[in-house]
Amino acid sequence: MGEVRLIDVSKRFALRIEGAVQTVNALDRLNFTVADGEVVALIGPSGCGKTTALRIAMGLEKATTGVVTVDGTAIRGCGYDRGIVFQHAELLPWLNALQNVEFGLEMKGVRGAELHDTAMKYLTLVGLKDSIKRRPYQLSGGMQQRVGIARALAIDPKVLLMDEPFGALDAQTREGLQSELLDIHARTKKTVLFVTHDLDEAVLLADRVVVMQHGRLQEIIDVPLPRPRDDLAAIRGSEAFAQTRYHIWRALHAGAPTVH
Amino acid sequence: MVDLAEHNPAVNNAGDVAPPRRSVPRWVITTGSITILLILWEIFGRDINPIFGSYPSAIFEAFLALLRSGKLGVALLQSIQPFLLGYGAAIVIGVPLGLIIGRFWVAEAALGILVTGGYAMPLVALVPLLVLWFGLGFAVKAAVIFLMSVFPICINTWLGVKSVPKTLIDVGKSLVAPNSVILRRIVLPATLPYIMAGIKLAVGRAVVGMVIAEFFTSISGLGAIIINSANNFDTATMFVPIIILMVLAVGLNALLGWFERIVAPWQEEIAGRN
Repeated sequence: MGEVRLIDVSKRFALRIEGAVQTVNALDRLNFTVADGEVVALIGPSGCGKTTALRIAMGLEKATTGVVTVDGTAIRGCGYDRGIVFQHAELLPWLNALQNVEFGLEMKGVRGAELHDTAMKYLTLVGLKDSIKRRPYQLSGGMQQRVGIARALAIDPKVLLMDEPFGALDAQTREGLQSELLDIHARTKKTVLFVTHDLDEAVLLADRVVVMQHGRLQEIIDVPLPRPRDDLAAIRGSEAFAQTRYHIWRALHAGAPTVH
Repeated sequence: MVDLAEHNPAVNNAGDVAPPRRSVPRWVITTGSITILLILWEIFGRDINPIFGSYPSAIFEAFLALLRSGKLGVALLQSIQPFLLGYGAAIVIGVPLGLIIGRFWVAEAALGILVTGGYAMPLVALVPLLVLWFGLGFAVKAAVIFLMSVFPICINTWLGVKSVPKTLIDVGKSLVAPNSVILRRIVLPATLPYIMAGIKLAVGRAVVGMVIAEFFTSISGLGAIIINSANNFDTATMFVPIIILMVLAVGLNALLGWFERIVAPWQEEIAGRN
């Protein structure tokens, strides 16, 4: 199981701008559900609150009002039922790839042979079996992010939360990792909630796309593409892909101020 | 599984390609610069009245005389023992204190101002008082050395903690690590380069503290040789402990640099070899 529900989640914070205190509504009564095993993309212009929503779901930030539940239980801070992948991998630079994955497992209390074996299993899953001794700065950006994904998966969370996981990578590497993520999802059936600003990525990976504007939910759009999605090139050329992409594009522009 | 074509030659061949070699090794240039300085000093130093200055060969002769008389060995021992104790205690106390001040705002509010103030404290003015408290021997030297070096170590550690990326702390939090584990396993290693910088900076201050303490007590150690030979207008002998202290400080710094590359080898990778 791994159903995530955001119920009336709001986030307000005070900003002091030239002496005057302004209240900013980063999130305004956000409601949506990610079903067990589903992949949902959060998309919206920068500053719309999508990353804040993800961090609240992780427990790294507190909602001003509202609750997040996982399988019906309200979360209290971070927990091993959720794993997060950060935008820039955020590996610990003094540990090698293997130790970085083991670090998460150690925090969870895994010890001994199980520690090594589990870390190796997930590093193999992300295709890094032969680079386990390298430290982060000896890995390319794509490889670093794979270690980040392995670290999050290794603690066996019910839900994988990803904050623009491929946003900092070049186009070619990004496409490779997108299909790997589809592959990993097909094998592990994890619930995935990911933030992106990339329309193509949202359509390719997600079952549903949550469009946000100014901290509010604009629209939830179903992606009518069947799984497994093996041939990404063919999907990109399909009618359904183009229509869904256009639908999201319209939703993104509906709430935006018109610029002439 | 898709096999990715992300072969970055610079990264993938890191082990195969030797780091770029310089045409002249670094140590050759350093040795050359010191040699030139010594030659110039020797040439021009000889023209100066031996009371007002000295020159390398005269200093070396004075060094041999001190060594043969046995005074130098005794003085060195008398200086190095309190140095090691005071400096060692400064590291053992300064680093954890800096970590705590940097990590917990209550500690920062309570102790931060004392540490900043302590760093700027005119310690020289307090030495007579410290002599009253600790006497004229070993203890007062260790105390002055400790007080001179603990503050830069603590402040550097504190600054280091402040500059740990918030995102690395988030990694610990997202893995439900308790505060003590975040401090030990994330904050401490991330702060290591700053800690090492503070420890290196403190070497110079500790040496100054040692000499100051010995000036005031003027009965033992390298500082006593300096002040006693200065009082006798024996300038060449006065330079012997000064140069020994400089050599020791440079040697200790090199040792610490080597130690840093052992405990924090990733730092060079981040900054790039140069």
